[in-house]
Amino acid sequence: MLRQVTQPTDPAQLADALESTDYLPDEGLATAAYLALVMHRPLFLEGEAGVGKTALARALAEVTGRPLYRLQCYEGLEASHALYDWDFGRQLLHLRAAEAAHATGDTEQLEAGLYDRRFLLARPLLQALEDSPSVLLVDEVDRADDEFEAFLLEVLSDFTISVPELGTIRAETPPLVVLTSNRTREVHDALKRRCLYHWLEHPDFDREVAILRRRLPEVTDELARQVARATGRLRELDLLKPPGVAEAMDWASALHALGCRELDPDTAARTLGAVLKYREDGERVRSLARGALFGA
Amino acid sequence: MPDTRDVVSTVLGFARTLRNAGVAASPDRVEAMLAAVAHLDVLDATAVYWAGRLTLCGSPDDLDRYDAAFAAWFSGQVPRGRPRGGDEPARLATVAPLTGGGTGDAGEEPSDLATKASGAEVLRHRDVAELTVAERVELRRLFALLAPATPMRRSRRRAPSPHGAVDAGRTVRAALRDGGEVRRLAHHRARPRPRRVVLLVDVSGSMSPYADALLRFAHAAVRARPASTEVFTIGTRLTRVTRELRLRDPDRALAAGGAAIPDWSGGTRIGEVLKAFLDRWGQRGTARGAVVVVCSDGWERGGAELLGEQMARLHRLAHAVVWVNPHKGRSGYEPLTGGMVAALPSVDHFVAGHSLAAFEELAGVITHA
Repeated sequence: MLRQVTQPTDPAQLADALESTDYLPDEGLATAAYLALVMHRPLFLEGEAGVGKTALARALAEVTGRPLYRLQCYEGLEASHALYDWDFGRQLLHLRAAEAAHATGDTEQLEAGLYDRRFLLARPLLQALEDSPSVLLVDEVDRADDEFEAFLLEVLSDFTISVPELGTIRAETPPLVVLTSNRTREVHDALKRRCLYHWLEHPDFDREVAILRRRLPEVTDELARQVARATGRLRELDLLKPPGVAEAMDWASALHALGCRELDPDTAARTLGAVLKYREDGERVRSLARGALFGA
Repeated sequence: MPDTRDVVSTVLGFARTLRNAGVAASPDRVEAMLAAVAHLDVLDATAVYWAGRLTLCGSPDDLDRYDAAFAAWFSGQVPRGRPRGGDEPARLATVAPLTGGGTGDAGEEPSDLATKASGAEVLRHRDVAELTVAERVELRRLFALLAPATPMRRSRRRAPSPHGAVDAGRTVRAALRDGGEVRRLAHHRARPRPRRVVLLVDVSGSMSPYADALLRFAHAAVRARPASTEVFTIGTRLTRVTRELRLRDPDRALAAGGAAIPDWSGGTRIGEVLKAFLDRWGQRGTARGAVVVVCSDGWERGGAELLGEQMARLHRLAHAVVWVNPHKGRSGYEPLTGGMVAALPSVDHFVAGHSLAAFEELAGVITHA
């Protein structure tokens, strides 16, 4: 049952609410999210792929009952894709319509009418500010380039966007901003300083079992424990891509689909593709003694 | 209820401890910590731990130091175990010999312009390992003039251009000024962007006659395109020296770089170090789509098999792989060492790197890779 909480009084209360959406944060993450909410500071989440950075933003939107706006970053991302753009087609149509209706009036007024809010196409950043309180997810900010970071810093410091033709748009309540990074490159310190910084780790054994049980209630307790243990061991192997929580879930549901109630070495070897995403990793694990990895 | 002044002085003291431990913890961050503490239970050690960690730290490297400083200052337990994913702890740097005994400006400059020019021409083709001190000094000056042009790639950003796709935005904006009449179509096309160049310079013992020249080349490359060039040294371990090489003056930059390299003139385990590079940097994106230049003689102490595997991996990630081997410039050289044999199938361009002329050629290869 979803428990919504618009203004939590402490981290524990927020953690409770998050758990009701099947997102199980540890104490650090709950504190980080709580502080982001009450201090109106963006939350900068770093960590390996698959530890649940993006999922947190979704869960936060759900528990706070706020709309979620997502900006996926990529190299060459431009302000017009992140902020707003003018709907040129409609502007032109408006002009033609005025012409057809023989609207006399003065040109200045006509021109001003072209830059009306209704011709403005809002992109995620502007949407999040206009629709605030909202949750704004800036995903994989490490993929955008330096210029975009500088621009983002500007928007996140005062939560206003100015459109030259329209004026300044200000968020009444700052949106809850979650930035994620996979650390493909170092994000500029000035941006990080604006944010609360949290390094997200893979969940520990108990938490991972709890997550598997919660998300996949059909999976047996025994299978969940074995999958969590085996996944934990795989993470220690120095693989090209250590499995994240998402992979552990894929694995458990693959095993469940095959009718497994417990993890046995043969089925484990057959379903490795659900957890390991590189040929080299698969070969490496298959060459190891199976008992050591998938035994009890 | 604890006194506010107590909280402030405790936090300030902690921040000082943390700064001594090497975490930046700037005043605005400390202010943020105070604000965070105000929102939490001040008497709860775990809450204070997280309030500080979330506001004062800025990278996974900071976390271990934070934990240690927290335990020292509050002499309490640290809530969680060692954070994963952090890099190795800071190491003491050693100063390395960078120049072949040369001490900068020796008073032996040729005064005559003509001799200087012809001397430069001869120097261009000389093997840098066989130069006298004076020749080295002269060559260094020529190195500073090397500015390898960066290869370009297409990007998603577009710039106005007389040809190319129709730019709806500009076309309509112009039309709006003309009362809605489209008189002329504006065009734009993808703007080329510099492609990343990654240099991996072998600084092991067998490469020491060439390491200085290679690092000078790397410095020239970083100076030419600071934002899109990365330099690492490889030997027994991987060291990122990009930041040090950004210094303007080559000698100061190389001294800083040398101070950052802990394994100067040690052995070589290229396979292992390459794996470390790919795990920590390459896979995440530094090598992806980049021109990667490996500068090494391929003397491998570790298994050549690992090197072969990692080179194949690098080849799949990178746009182009260039291998620079100074020995290739010698007549009669054949790539027979185990490491070279294992690496060559994954190399796009195999070039020499023993003289200024060879470096000029290398700059050309990088530009057109």
